[in-house]
Amino acid sequence: MWRFIGFRTLQSIPVILAVITVTFFLVRAAPGGPFSNEKAVSPQVQAALEAQYRLDQPPMQQYVSYLVDLVSGDMGPSFYYPGRRVDELILQGLPITAELGLYALIIAVLIGTVSGIFAALRPNTLQDYVPMSIAMVGICMPSFLLGPTLVLVFGIWLDWLPVSGWGAGPGDKILPSITLGAMYAAYIARLSRSGMLEVMTQDYLRTARAKGLPEHIVILKHALRGGLLPVVSYLGPAFAALLSGSFVVETIFQIPGLGRFYIQAAFNRDYTMILGTTVFLSTLIVVFNLLSDIIAAWLNPRLRYQFRK
Amino acid sequence: MTQNSTITSLDNAVPKGTSLWDDALHRLRKNRLAMVGLIYLVFILVICLLTPWIAPYGYEEQNLRLGASAPSAEHWLGTDTFGRDLLTRILYGGRVSLLVGFIATSVALVIGVTYGAIAGYAGGKVDNILMRLVDILYALPFMIFIILLMVVFGRNLFLLFLAIGAVEWLVMARIVRGQVQSLRQQEYVEAAMSLGLSPAAIIFRHLIPNALGPVIVYTTLTIPNVMLLEAFLSFLGLGIQPPESSWGLLISYGVETMEEYPWLLIYPGLALTLTLFALNFLGDGLRDALDVKASKD
Repeated sequence: MWRFIGFRTLQSIPVILAVITVTFFLVRAAPGGPFSNEKAVSPQVQAALEAQYRLDQPPMQQYVSYLVDLVSGDMGPSFYYPGRRVDELILQGLPITAELGLYALIIAVLIGTVSGIFAALRPNTLQDYVPMSIAMVGICMPSFLLGPTLVLVFGIWLDWLPVSGWGAGPGDKILPSITLGAMYAAYIARLSRSGMLEVMTQDYLRTARAKGLPEHIVILKHALRGGLLPVVSYLGPAFAALLSGSFVVETIFQIPGLGRFYIQAAFNRDYTMILGTTVFLSTLIVVFNLLSDIIAAWLNPRLRYQFRK
Repeated sequence: MTQNSTITSLDNAVPKGTSLWDDALHRLRKNRLAMVGLIYLVFILVICLLTPWIAPYGYEEQNLRLGASAPSAEHWLGTDTFGRDLLTRILYGGRVSLLVGFIATSVALVIGVTYGAIAGYAGGKVDNILMRLVDILYALPFMIFIILLMVVFGRNLFLLFLAIGAVEWLVMARIVRGQVQSLRQQEYVEAAMSLGLSPAAIIFRHLIPNALGPVIVYTTLTIPNVMLLEAFLSFLGLGIQPPESSWGLLISYGVETMEEYPWLLIYPGLALTLTLFALNFLGDGLRDALDVKASKD
């Protein structure tokens, strides 16, 4: 187990380094400097600005000093917001995005597993078809359509819930969380259904039934552990997808989280902000993938042995 | 599922002289949802191809005096704020959305199949290195990278194809590699080798055609993913740019005015969702029909 954890952790480091390198040089390769849109400034001002953002140095040197600063958590100044630092802006948006992601994940896991298990109990009956059809809608209906539709129905026509904002009053977190979580609930429902169906045919379940255990104990105690494994290994990638999904949801509901910062930075050509956010989010995603792999290996010893070969 | 596979094995046991493809077609025909999906897709493809000839109004034709109007006899799906016919715009938008879907998927298909086949055929160290690279790429947050690419290199259609295609080939590569690896052990491949065929000929003439089933299934399931990605980017303003249009872009316009003119959101949304539905049902149906086992991730 420890070897597995050690190896997977070591494997993540070059990935993160590669992300930083590629992003850094991509952003440097972007046509048009960050100040080329501004009205003409005097050469001295231009030089001072370039020195401030280290643009006067050769690219390799810029790269090395960026890496050095990064280790101490310094992501440089924002090109667009004068006087603000990228790391400071990220830390400002992070709690909001994390909260939104957490609610969405809770919704997705709760609704997804319960309806998946429910469907798997009576396959190919109405009890299976109804939740699975809804799940298909959830997968096919993109968040940027579901969100506005929910706003239209519950925010505008019924006037039950606020249509935008975050943390201003009760209820404004409900619609964004549902919008973000819906698609993952649908995926998790499908995953847990097929996982459960596979486990249900296994011998150890027949043994459990043959011992005379009541059905609910067979399901809850014996089938769930194996049946929900695919869901656990999906959680890492799901978290990554949730983060990028939050781009849209935060834009729709005007939530001042990381996703909205990123999109704004993209439009403002705020290169240091783009660089910083990309590096930060990628690292986060790689770390979460690592965690979900470790949990999956812990739950399923076969994965560990596979690795030893 | 279990029922299905027993039927399959029974079918195979009786020597009726039907090929794998006849068999699969037969099974697909019995899957009602998949057939509805297929018919719907053919319908959409045909009307989108014929759009310049059958669209009720011109793409840029404005009627400012009319403005946004609800669906009526003259404008079946209503008009937008410039008085442009929504049905016409959805048809033209569909052309772009479907085009992106098919071309970007083809890019993914070509890269993925070639890469996977090479890795599977070469085996050993080469395979190890190539697949480790796929694993690494797989862990990256691609949405962020596509946005980055669109920002850095400007928003053009060609780049969009390339960026989306470059992201979606990973699953395909894994699947093809697995298939090729198991096919490689078969006698007919050994025979081809001993006849002195070049590796390229073996890969393209013998291995890839035999791995076609899973490739078809995942191609069908990749198209909706790609279309969703395009719509997502266009919605954020980072994909298709006006005056071009796509379903994602129409939805984003619809959102701006949904309070007053909900039909501008509902119909483009419906067009996209139904098409994705159809593609997913067809893909699931094909998976069952061709009896592909590999899981998606």
